[in-house]
Amino acid sequence: MTILLEPDQHPAEAPDDDQPRSIDPALPPGDRVFHGFAHVIGLSTLVIMGAIGLFLGYQSIPTFRRYGLGFLTESQWQPEQDVLGISAVLLGTATVAVVALAIAFPLALTSAVYISEYAAPRVKSFLVSLIDLMAAVPSIIWGLWGFFLLQPKAIHVAHWLHTHLGFLPFFHVDTDPEAAPWAQSRYAASAFIAGIAVSMMVLPMAAAVMRQVFSQAPPGEREAALALGSTRWGMIRTVVLPFGRGGIIGGTMLAMGRALGETIAVVLIISPAFEIKFKPLEVGTSTVSALIAGRFGEATSSQLSALLTAGFVLFIITLIVNTLAAMIVARSRSGAVTD
Amino acid sequence: MTTTIERPEDETSAGSDVPTITADAADGSPELGQASTPETALPAETVDDDVPRAIGSRTQDDVLSLYGSLVGSGALTWLLYYQILPFTGRVGFVLCWFGVFVAMYAGVSAIGNPRLVVIDRVMGAIVKAGALIVFGTLATAVAFTLVRGLSALMNVNFWTEDMSGVRPTSSLGQGGVLHAIIGSMIEVGIAVAITLPLGIGTAVYMNEVGGRMSRVVRTIVEAMTALPSIVAGLFIYTVLIVTFGVSRTGIAAAAAIGVMMLPIIARSADVVLRVAPGGLREASLALGASKWQTVRQVVLPTVRPGLATALILGIARGVGETSPVLLTSGASTFFNADPFNEPMNSLPLFVFSAVRSGEPLYISRGFAAAAVLLILVLILFVITRLLARQRVGRR
Repeated sequence: MTILLEPDQHPAEAPDDDQPRSIDPALPPGDRVFHGFAHVIGLSTLVIMGAIGLFLGYQSIPTFRRYGLGFLTESQWQPEQDVLGISAVLLGTATVAVVALAIAFPLALTSAVYISEYAAPRVKSFLVSLIDLMAAVPSIIWGLWGFFLLQPKAIHVAHWLHTHLGFLPFFHVDTDPEAAPWAQSRYAASAFIAGIAVSMMVLPMAAAVMRQVFSQAPPGEREAALALGSTRWGMIRTVVLPFGRGGIIGGTMLAMGRALGETIAVVLIISPAFEIKFKPLEVGTSTVSALIAGRFGEATSSQLSALLTAGFVLFIITLIVNTLAAMIVARSRSGAVTD
Repeated sequence: MTTTIERPEDETSAGSDVPTITADAADGSPELGQASTPETALPAETVDDDVPRAIGSRTQDDVLSLYGSLVGSGALTWLLYYQILPFTGRVGFVLCWFGVFVAMYAGVSAIGNPRLVVIDRVMGAIVKAGALIVFGTLATAVAFTLVRGLSALMNVNFWTEDMSGVRPTSSLGQGGVLHAIIGSMIEVGIAVAITLPLGIGTAVYMNEVGGRMSRVVRTIVEAMTALPSIVAGLFIYTVLIVTFGVSRTGIAAAAAIGVMMLPIIARSADVVLRVAPGGLREASLALGASKWQTVRQVVLPTVRPGLATALILGIARGVGETSPVLLTSGASTFFNADPFNEPMNSLPLFVFSAVRSGEPLYISRGFAAAAVLLILVLILFVITRLLARQRVGRR
């Protein structure tokens, strides 16, 4: 109040020292504790996670020193003869993942399109949570499903594929498909059956990412397509799918990352075999994770580090696939989060 | 055969007197006209009650060509598949039926519709079939596990006893999986007690504190989500059990589960915190609250349902994962609530060893344990959904 009465003092003073007040004051003590605490937690997570990565990398040094790059090209895993190599299991891992993706991709795409474009609004959220539930179903359940329910049926499908499409090299099985009682056991425990079980595990991941991206397709463009007389599928083909391309590719690759590392369902279904072959329908294959699960028990310390090296190679492959997937999803027009 | 094709043909010829308008628009006038008023007084009517045209409606042509082709293709496939050609097997029948159905549906649609509509219908059928396969498979997996496990689940002792002294061939009236249930809970409980503060703390660090280091942390955490669970198990096996001589116990299994869960929880908590509305944060800071007060009283309460969802999904993953415990816990048959001594069994491990035994009775025990596991995951999942719904209700 008194200031208002003497107006000529302030204007004279203020222009001289027009220093802006510092808006970034020192942290209060409480916040300094908080920051320090958060740093400690973040760094301890970093140390734990980093230690695992470093440990795996460090363990693979003696393996590579002992077996050289032959570790990557040798197919046999015979500890008693000191012959260890992972080329066959890497190929088996890739085979299972390829089969899984060949089945999971079309199903994930159609179910994602169905949920985001065809389903009635009332059931949409229910179907979304069903997909999430499918992702939460433990892998051992899919293993049981694959081994006890699927396998007896799938061997007939495999036999049919071999009989009628056996001229394609990847449908070939080393047995006579026309033999009167055809050899059922030659078609069982194969990468094909394991791949189907794995596909059901990875499918919801891919479908969830795809659906999320589809649902972000700009409504203006959708309505424009419909208003121009497009059919529903025409709208999906010209608006939703091009918009969601990043999500489709990225979701599929995330699924692939999971498919590469899947263990229990594969262990339950396949019978181990260490051969370089790409015959998914035929009995016997092996994957890196199945190799670890099968061989860790009797391993000596050097074999253990060889197993860790195999795990490390698998980790690196998965890491590359996941990183590419995250980049593709993030770079797609949608900028969707990948969770 | 012929009737199914003829009926839609009649319908389309009746409705296709306005060929430029698509099927949706053509339905209104002829149907209304046949039902009530013979003369078309449409212009006067539509001005009065300006009801928007139902864009999702189906014409009689749509309905009849769909069901006609479904029935027709079913009959044709049955005739060819079972009666004329030497095929057997239900899987093949369903596949052939679907193939014939799509062809027939396309053919029937092509009679009275432009090419775009035919493509639309065929793709609609394929998309719906794909979704049906996915949800049907989920249903079979859940139902199969529950049905196969039912015989063992019905015994009370299955829930109250352990497997000590019970042979694989013993009847289902003896022994149970209480030790595995308790073991699973203890192991996952320890793992959560370690990973929850670490995971959420890391997420808070990455989002609320920031700095150069936080980018490194985020990169590493995102990279470690790619770690296959079996490798996490093998890491703990090598470090704790082989190198440090810890015996196979519950604590080793908990460590393996924790190593597997930590990046998952940190990553999903990070995603949740990242989408927390920044306006709330700024409002709180502008009111003079300190950073810690903002985090504790504004940010965390806002994202609590999301964090709970992230946590529970992480738990569901940890409970169900077999490969880390396979390497680290050792399969005991007896009750053991002490995670530091003696092996400790868990549900997934019990299922795994039971179904590999080859004994029919033991396998059905395995299925029952799998059903318990599935029910556990279902319960966790329902809780997640309820929490997620609460968020909508509170705003």
